[in-house]
Amino acid sequence: MPTYPLYSDPHADLHAASGRALDEVTVAATVAGEITLEDLQIDKAALQAQAEIARQAGYAQLAQNLARAAELTVVPRAEIIDMYQQLRPGRSSYAELIALATRLEDVYVAPICGAFVREAAQVYLERNMVRRPLAF
Amino acid sequence: MTNLLRFRALDERDINKETFVEPWPEAGLTVADSPYDPQPSLRIVAGRVVELDGRQEADFDTLDTFIAHHGIDLTVAPEAMALESLQFAHMLADINIPRNTLLRLATGCTPAKLVDIMRHMNVLEMMNGLSKMRVRRVPANQAHVTNRRENPALLAADAAEAALRGFSEIETTVGVARAAPFNALAILVGAQTGRGGVMTQCAVEEALGLRLAMKGLTTYAETLSVYGTEQAFIDGDDSPWSKGFLASAYASRGVKVRFTSGTGSEALMGSAEQRSMLYLEARCLCVTRGAGSQGVQNGSISCIALPESLPGGVRAVLAENLMASLLGLEVASGNDALASHSAIRKSAKLMLQFIPGTDFIFSGYSAVPRRDNMFGGGNFDADDLDDYAVLQRDMQIDGGTRSISEAEAADIRRAGAQAIQAVYAELGFPIISDIEVEAAVVAHSSDDMPVRDIVPDLAAADDFLAGDRSVMDVVAALARRGFAQTAENLLTMGRQRIAGDYLQPAAIFDRDFVVKSAINDPNDYNGPGTGYRVEGARWDEIANIRQAKSPRDFIADRLGLPIDGLDRYGDAKRGGHTEVVVAIGPAFGRIITRTIGGIPHEEVLKAVLTGIAEEGLIGRIVRIWHSSDCAEIGHVGAQLSGSGIAIGIQSRGTSIIHRVDLARLNNLELFSQSPSMTVDTYRAMGRNAARYAAKKITTPVPVTVDNWARLRLIVKTALLHRKETEEIRQLPPEALRFDWEPEV
Repeated sequence: MPTYPLYSDPHADLHAASGRALDEVTVAATVAGEITLEDLQIDKAALQAQAEIARQAGYAQLAQNLARAAELTVVPRAEIIDMYQQLRPGRSSYAELIALATRLEDVYVAPICGAFVREAAQVYLERNMVRRPLAF
Repeated sequence: MTNLLRFRALDERDINKETFVEPWPEAGLTVADSPYDPQPSLRIVAGRVVELDGRQEADFDTLDTFIAHHGIDLTVAPEAMALESLQFAHMLADINIPRNTLLRLATGCTPAKLVDIMRHMNVLEMMNGLSKMRVRRVPANQAHVTNRRENPALLAADAAEAALRGFSEIETTVGVARAAPFNALAILVGAQTGRGGVMTQCAVEEALGLRLAMKGLTTYAETLSVYGTEQAFIDGDDSPWSKGFLASAYASRGVKVRFTSGTGSEALMGSAEQRSMLYLEARCLCVTRGAGSQGVQNGSISCIALPESLPGGVRAVLAENLMASLLGLEVASGNDALASHSAIRKSAKLMLQFIPGTDFIFSGYSAVPRRDNMFGGGNFDADDLDDYAVLQRDMQIDGGTRSISEAEAADIRRAGAQAIQAVYAELGFPIISDIEVEAAVVAHSSDDMPVRDIVPDLAAADDFLAGDRSVMDVVAALARRGFAQTAENLLTMGRQRIAGDYLQPAAIFDRDFVVKSAINDPNDYNGPGTGYRVEGARWDEIANIRQAKSPRDFIADRLGLPIDGLDRYGDAKRGGHTEVVVAIGPAFGRIITRTIGGIPHEEVLKAVLTGIAEEGLIGRIVRIWHSSDCAEIGHVGAQLSGSGIAIGIQSRGTSIIHRVDLARLNNLELFSQSPSMTVDTYRAMGRNAARYAAKKITTPVPVTVDNWARLRLIVKTALLHRKETEEIRQLPPEALRFDWEPEV
């Protein structure tokens, strides 16, 4: 297991989500137009390592959050923002929330996130937080 | 009613611009003890919470359910809930019980249990607990940088200066929402110019905030607000699950997240459910931890005036901070929004977080003047920066900032403004002129900036947000324009995202751009000699505020060459009855040659002798060698005086009229206010002494009393006295001839 901070651990072998090695992300490469925003994005492995570090230090809920985050690294930026919007109160029907959970599980192989959304769907249903037509 | 003038004066005081009300639990207006607050309870059946703080599972609202599922460690809960709250409070206040012991137990507490523990603690015990439970070993500070005109050059200059002053985080926000991408960009570029590793954020609507972070324009997010009742949460347009998902979304892009809560928000939103503010905050904190946020900004924040209107409000705000740190959350502990009209009250309130030290003592110290603060004023602002530096120096406390010189500030402000100017030029944004850059260097506020058309700025900001360009283009622009260090720092912030080290609790970057967090720099305070101590280079930095001078040359302008024509002619003897002795101190007129008020000793002597002559008597000058004490100088002078009257004068100018039969520490007149004395005072002193000698009826010389003089001049006074004392010799009093005659 790499040691914290991973940034200064030569054995951490850090790569961006794009697959580019950390060492290749330089100002010169940026000026040459070789580096994109994806080359600055954390990958699943680094987040899983951080989750494990948090768990071992006694921060279980943070670890769980980082485990969800590790799953979300493969979800495109725009879609993550949409997913968040769908989870806000009154935005989605129960069926839409279940569909979101299924999409997370099946398309993005994100079972922890999927379960989190399923749990929300059930609570939203019970507490009247699913979408309903405006009644005036 | 009798009208007391002192009450009219009290009515005029700043403190009486504030509102104070009695508690009203039904309206949520009680800080810590609502009769409607539940008693702590937790029932677990087959690994499932079936009762939480007196509420059955069937009646759980969304917060209860979330806390039951995510906010409590059920393996620890039976032990934690069984522990008497009083004993828990004892352990929290006790420096000998390590932080880890409490962190473990706290994971098993319900919200009502947390409040019940706080109920047993006074502020001193809470401060003790907070200094132990703070997550990071070294406290830090956050700055707010905004301006009313959204001026990018000024934002960058202010961010650069704030970074140089030592703030570890800088937060901006907007007056106009569309300005968000450019404001975030300006403080990012400014901050990385000031010091690599300062983290930056822009407080805007949640989804917009996420977009800014994903573009690389911010490095952390703080305003993920949570609320203590279901209705307030929904009104805030979120649920615990959407907030938890949002936290994960940020983390999936390597962005640090801190939630926000605080007493009073639910009452302000009209849905406090009759609960106390502290109980609702405890629910917020359990949700925050359950959602996996590494930390929280709490301490009432923008609602601060509401708890402060109630009895115990400031204590409750400290309790919020302590509950959060007990739950292992990084705490950015408020002190941000304008909290009081009274400088006494706002400073006193600050001490509750300042003295123990929190992860961020301010969740926004306004690094700009109050008028430019778009967060609601700023309880401490740019005009208080020297005060804040002095507080740290006074108490040997690390408040997370340092004092900088005017030249340092000018250089870094110019560098920050020029960097954003280069980015705008390179990326084709509306030009920032050289005049704007120089105005940003010297400006006090945005009032000092040339008018800038915001319409093209907003249009360019819209395009930038919608388009594909990102922080990578900014790095390239800086590099192309020769801002190598800023470009490198910006990219390093980006590279750090790949590692994710700063997602861990209470993470900041130190001055060497190395991450410091709960993992590699956990708070290990356990009483004297442990934990973080303010010492070494950091203490020197705190001690050496820009105003500090060397005391060694402090009194140089009061020293000089001996008075011409003032010469010894023998040992002093008692004279005739028509004389007044003028007794002077060992250094008078020979080493020290001016009073503390700057009057040349020669003028002092001439004035006194003239006054004596005006009453027809003769003044005879005697130097006292064996003492620098004013009373002793006058007392010995009186023993030598034929009339029994003497004037004693210390070199700093303090004087006395003494009489032979009086005890040493008694006197006829004492002139202790030497800085306020004039040549005329000395002349009147001479006249009065002569009148006493002639046994005439005499009115004491009126003296100006300036009670601030001692405060202003005490160091000079001490040094002048030290100098005079150095000149003491074990010699008898000496008779002096002064080659000068008064014209009377």
